[in-house]
Amino acid sequence: MSTMLQTEKLEYSYPALEEGEEQTRALRGVDLTIEKGSFVVVLGHNGSGKSTLAKHFNAILLPMGGKVWVEGMDTVDETRLLDIRRRVGMVFQNPDNQIVSNVVEEDVAFAPENLGVPTEEIRRRVDDALGAVGMSEFARHAPHLLSGGQKQRIAIAGVIAMEPACIVLDEATAMLDPVGRQEVLTTARRLNREKRITIVLITHHMNEAEDADRVIVMDNGKIAMDGTPQEVFARVEEIEAIGLTVPDTVQLLYDLRRNGVDVPLSALTVDECADAVAAALK
Amino acid sequence: MLKDITLGQYFPGNTPAHRLDPRTKLLLVVLYIVGVFSAKFVISYGVMILTLIVCARISKVGARAMLRGLKPVLIIIIFTGLLNMFFTPGDPLLSFWIFHISRQGLRLAVFMVLRIMLLITGTFLLTYTTSPIRLTDGLEQLLNWMKRIHVPVHELAMMMSIALRFIPTLIEETDKIMSAQKARGADFESGNLFQRARAMLPILVPLFISAFRRADELAVAMECRCYHGGEGRTKLSPLRYAGRDYFALAAGVCLTAGVMVLGYFGF
Repeated sequence: MSTMLQTEKLEYSYPALEEGEEQTRALRGVDLTIEKGSFVVVLGHNGSGKSTLAKHFNAILLPMGGKVWVEGMDTVDETRLLDIRRRVGMVFQNPDNQIVSNVVEEDVAFAPENLGVPTEEIRRRVDDALGAVGMSEFARHAPHLLSGGQKQRIAIAGVIAMEPACIVLDEATAMLDPVGRQEVLTTARRLNREKRITIVLITHHMNEAEDADRVIVMDNGKIAMDGTPQEVFARVEEIEAIGLTVPDTVQLLYDLRRNGVDVPLSALTVDECADAVAAALK
Repeated sequence: MLKDITLGQYFPGNTPAHRLDPRTKLLLVVLYIVGVFSAKFVISYGVMILTLIVCARISKVGARAMLRGLKPVLIIIIFTGLLNMFFTPGDPLLSFWIFHISRQGLRLAVFMVLRIMLLITGTFLLTYTTSPIRLTDGLEQLLNWMKRIHVPVHELAMMMSIALRFIPTLIEETDKIMSAQKARGADFESGNLFQRARAMLPILVPLFISAFRRADELAVAMECRCYHGGEGRTKLSPLRYAGRDYFALAAGVCLTAGVMVLGYFGF
């Protein structure tokens, strides 16, 4: 597997808002390598630096210390800016604020239009992208009449139309209801599996990390934990110490274990958890 | 309550008028305006009215919808009519107290009122049959030559289409803010005009703040999708002139020229 994203001793501080105030150190030396084709979930509470990290992945923010490479391209290199942004797509929190046009297909076409793709090719990409997120029948609709989850899928389609190698979802599920969240997550997983697009999902919903390849927990501008979901969520005390909660399933298993029931902590999904509990009760 | 407002009056349809290229329609409106202003007498006005009726029939816009467009300017129309009627000197027709109506005045009044009505209904026909997006696209293409004298045509068109895109979003937001303020006892419905205007202030401040935040986020999202100005952009559905556009333009030019000639010879 080759490397998609790489950071080395990455540091970033937000300037002080008023004079005399300290500047906020959002990232304090992040070393991270994300492989191509992987599904990575970045967890952390507000202010942990996870969104700041995400914004470095397509050169919206440039490092103040250290380096960021996207497929080997240094993000500081301005001549490669469009190449970097074309390879790494971003989906943000508020679906309303990233939709440009008042016709769905025109919005999906926005990125290829910017890249100067020929008209017939744009048409093909738009149809493919809308198909990939399951929104083909809404091609001629007005985005403001769609649900939150649907709007967010349009935003994802708008990114897919660039044919990126990686999509970063920066809290893209935070403003959605449970149904909308599920829509977005299923879409992201399918893109990862079928199109081998690298997915970096930034969230504070623990449950969304269940079937990721890798979970990274951020705290105070640093990587606190890094590993498979099973490895990370087994460290229940540490997770709670930095102010996060583990998924309900892990919490249940953890409580059972503390009370002397012999269950493994690695059963993350509801089904696995139920099986584990059933096995222990036999 | 705010959702009832419809902006950019567009009636979707699939008539020949809808299918015309927006650039053609814009040019036709310009020709039409020239025509209306060069019409001087009964016959030339008759030709212009007939043109309007034919165009309305082709675009399947009903008489009621056409006349509705006149409502906001009704006062101006009446005012213009009355002023022209009473204050044009000439052969007296009727007079009582200080008011005198002359034959010339009456004629001028009728023509002026007709002219305003023709202008407004004619231009409304354009917005009735052209979606705002196509209209901005057409404007951008038509004014493309102005880029050479450093007019930011692409940027203006992009701003216009984004503004149109955000109208429903901001209306929804205003509704939400109003509800939130009402829930905390704000009163928008009573009091005189001044008091009511002042009650709107607590709505405008949060609305503006959120609009700025939206603008900021949208700008970042656009950059993420490789937006870098109008240079080298392509289009999903580029505007292309078809046979019907040349035909419509030719008809428009002939008609306007005809009306100008009629006006010149005093019909």
